[in-house]
Parts: sequence; structure tokens; C-alpha cells
Amino acid sequence: MKAWLAAHGRSINAAVTRLAGAPLGSTLNALVIGIALSLPIGLHLVVSNLQAASQHLTSAPQISVYMALDANRSEVAQIETKLKQTPRVANFRFVPREQALADLKNSSGLADVIDGLPQNPLPDAFVIDADDGSPAALEALRDEIGQWPRIAHVQLDAMWARRLDAGLRLGRLAAVGIALLLAVALVAVTFNTIRLQVLTRRDEIEVIKLIGATDAFIRRPFLYFGALQGFAGAIVCWLILAAAVYLANRSLGELSHVYASLFQLGFLSPLDSFALLAVPTALGWLGAWLSVSRHLSAIAQ
Amino acid sequence: MISFSRVSKRYPGGHQALNDVSFTIDSGELVFVTGHSGAGKSTLLKLLVAIERPTGGSVIVNGQNVGALTPRAVPFMRRSFGLVFQDHKLLYDRNVYENVALPLQISGFAPRDTARRVRAALDKVGLLKFETAMPITLSGGEQQRLCIARAIVHRPAILLADEPTGNLDADYALEIGELIRSFNQVGVTAVIATHDQTLLSQLSPRVISLKQGALDTGAAA
Repeated sequence: MKAWLAAHGRSINAAVTRLAGAPLGSTLNALVIGIALSLPIGLHLVVSNLQAASQHLTSAPQISVYMALDANRSEVAQIETKLKQTPRVANFRFVPREQALADLKNSSGLADVIDGLPQNPLPDAFVIDADDGSPAALEALRDEIGQWPRIAHVQLDAMWARRLDAGLRLGRLAAVGIALLLAVALVAVTFNTIRLQVLTRRDEIEVIKLIGATDAFIRRPFLYFGALQGFAGAIVCWLILAAAVYLANRSLGELSHVYASLFQLGFLSPLDSFALLAVPTALGWLGAWLSVSRHLSAIAQ
Repeated sequence: MISFSRVSKRYPGGHQALNDVSFTIDSGELVFVTGHSGAGKSTLLKLLVAIERPTGGSVIVNGQNVGALTPRAVPFMRRSFGLVFQDHKLLYDRNVYENVALPLQISGFAPRDTARRVRAALDKVGLLKFETAMPITLSGGEQQRLCIARAIVHRPAILLADEPTGNLDADYALEIGELIRSFNQVGVTAVIATHDQTLLSQLSPRVISLKQGALDTGAAA
């Protein structure tokens, strides 16, 4: 056990020495890997944040029905009855104009402006959930209600949220696609680095083989090298993203101060951070393994 | 300990390096393999450590048919040998200690054991004070002694040497001869490929003489 630990310790040591022995090359490799990785993971981060932000916006589409500003109570009650009689309306909620104004005052931070208004500019409204959520059915319902008396405007809510959702899903797909491509690139970069190392250390490998080293023994320092290179790239990527999120949040902070709402980009969760560090490390290891295995068989003795 | 029976080796391209060679070497023997360049000395050593495989006959070492070993088994078989090369084959990016420690690390010795054995081996070849020196700073004779220290540090049963005095002055060659003799005296089987006549008269070993890939019975001592 002690000997086994010592052997791995030596391999790690050798890998670190090789990395440190070529600081420029190692730094460039880490930068290439880190910058490449930061593209899909940055995209993933943006998509996740937008998704989290849009989640509290209802994603089941609703129809908002706005009465004319001068509609009176009985006219509103008539519409209420008609809605009750329409089977395609699953349920609905009445929002009186006074409540709408109070809500706006509380949520928008425009209290001063609203207090200064001579009269309430908001109409009475109904918010309707349809029993059929398909866009065609919703549009038909909107058009029908729009024909009723004393209705000023009918609006399909949350259609944009759906579109945003679809867009975000596309974005997520793009992030996954780019990530897969770059994973292959990472393996290829490591493969090539290790290939050069094996070729320059050919004599050494031959000697070690002659005095009884197994392939596993010969492979080990190269595997650690590949894993370390992947890990270094992952650290670079992590730092790039952390810096980007920090800078973005600083300017978002100023922006949201003006709008009196606080929207901040969330960073990677601890689990995501762990995966960000672990996956490139594993890919570097894989690239090294493929490379050493392939080139060791060429040094047949 | 070592037995060649009707061993032939023909390289791809048709060169017949060994032809129907048979001999046995007992445990503890000191044997020289002699012959002109191209007589098959190197091929014979390569067959012993499975760098090459025979095209006919069988090479048995310690009861194992070396020619039939799986690639996985080859490294473990090689650990029963100590190899000394004419060109030393030292690792020049590691110091003297690390070069000698390598066979022990390969075999998985514990660090404390390793240190003890490396120092013993270096002491034996008179290089203890160079422990932290880089091999490139050593003289040719010292490098060859370092190579010998690396070959014997894991106490192999068989010492194989290919022209161990090939590049050395007479004085250095004598030292190497004495080292080989001392290992042989403590029971290590030694097989030396050489055409160094001085070494031959110094050690008066049993001689296996090769001529154009076959045993040269006329010249055998």
C-alpha cells in the first residue's frame, strides 16, 4: 500500500515537473482548454439564469381581458356571466382596477409617479385560464371575447414566455452541442501533447521497459499529466466565468438599482463547479490514455 | 537455469542470426558468449529477455518458455534479470540515486526498503558519494558502474551484460571484471557477451563461442 502510494506520488510529481518544466507551453494549453470550455459553460450559465428568472413568470398561457375605462359595474357583471357560460374558459379571476393600481404601486417602484396621477389609468380586467392551451385555440378564444361589448382589449399573456422557453431550450441544446464538440477537442489536444512527449521520451521508455516496467507503470505519469492539464484548463475556465459573472453583476447592480428590482446572475452551484473541474480532468486523462496506449504499442519490445 | 534447445532466429528479410543453437547454463555459472560482430551474440541476449522471439526451438529461463510468454508476462520475467549495456542506457534527467532506484520502484518496493538497497548497491560499486550527482557528470567507467548498480539493486538471479567493457579503458575494464566476479561469487548467474580478451583471461569463465549464428565447437574452451 505504501509502495503503491509512493509510486503514484512519484508519477504525480513527475507530471507536475513536466508541466512546470515547460511553463509557456503548459500555460498556453491551459488557456486554450479554459477559453474553449468557457464558451459552452458560459452559455449554459446564461441560459440557466434566464430560465430561473422566467420560471416565476407563469408559463401556462393566460388571456387578459381589459374592459373599457368607462365601463360600469353592471357591464362588468355581464361579461362575468358570459365568461361563466363559455365552456372553453376553464376558470377566471377578476382584477378590479383599484387593485391593479395598488399592485402596480407595490411592484414597480413607481409609487411617486402613480400618486401623482389625477385618476386611475387602469381598467377592470379578467385573467382567464383556457381549457385548451394550444396557441390556435387561445387565439380563437381571444378573437371571440374581443367581439363582446365594452371590451377594450384582449391580450394573450405568456405566449412570449413560451417562446422564451423554447428559445432557452434551443440555447441549452446549443450549449450541450458545443460542449460535446469541445470535449472531443480537449481529448485531441491532450492526445497530441502526450504523443509528442512519448516520442521525445522514447529512449527512456525503452530502457524502463527493458528493466521490467509494465505498461501501466509507463503510462501512469502521462495519465497524470493529461489529467493535470485538463484540470488546469478547467481552473482557467472557472476563473473566466467567475470574473464574467462578477463583472456582469456589478453592472446589473447599477441597472437594477434604477429599476428598483434586484436581478443578479447566479454562479455555478457547488455541484456544477465540481463537475466543471472533474469532467475536463477525466477527459485529459482519457486523451492521455488513448495516446500513450497507441504509441506504446509502437515501441514494441 | 537457462536452456536453449535447437534455437533459430531468422529476422524478417531473411537474415539468419541464430541457427540450431543448443546449450544449458546452470545456476551460479559464469559464462561468456563470444564471437565476431554479427555472430549472433546480441540476438542471443535479446532472445533471453524477450526483446526478440525465436523462430525455431525454445528458450527456457527459470522453467519459463520465454518465447511463448504473453506480452503481459514479459515485464515480470525481465525482473529476474539484471541488464548491463555497453552504452549504459542511463536516464540522464534523473540523478544517480533515482537511476538505481528505478528497478525497485518498478517492482513496487516500499520507499524505506528502496533507500536501503540503493545505498547498498551504490556502495558496492563505489559510487555512494555521487548519490545526488547527475549521470552526465560521471566518467565512462563510473557510468558503467552505475549501470551495474542499477542491474543488481533488485538482486536478480541472472546478470546479463552486453559488451560491458566495450567503451572503457583497460583499468576501468578491470574494475568491471572484478565487480562481475564478485556478484558471481555470491551465486548470481552471469552471462556476458563480449570479445574482450583481457576480461576473458581475468575471469577464466566458461565460453560459448558463436560463429555465423551457430555454436563454434572448435573454439570452445
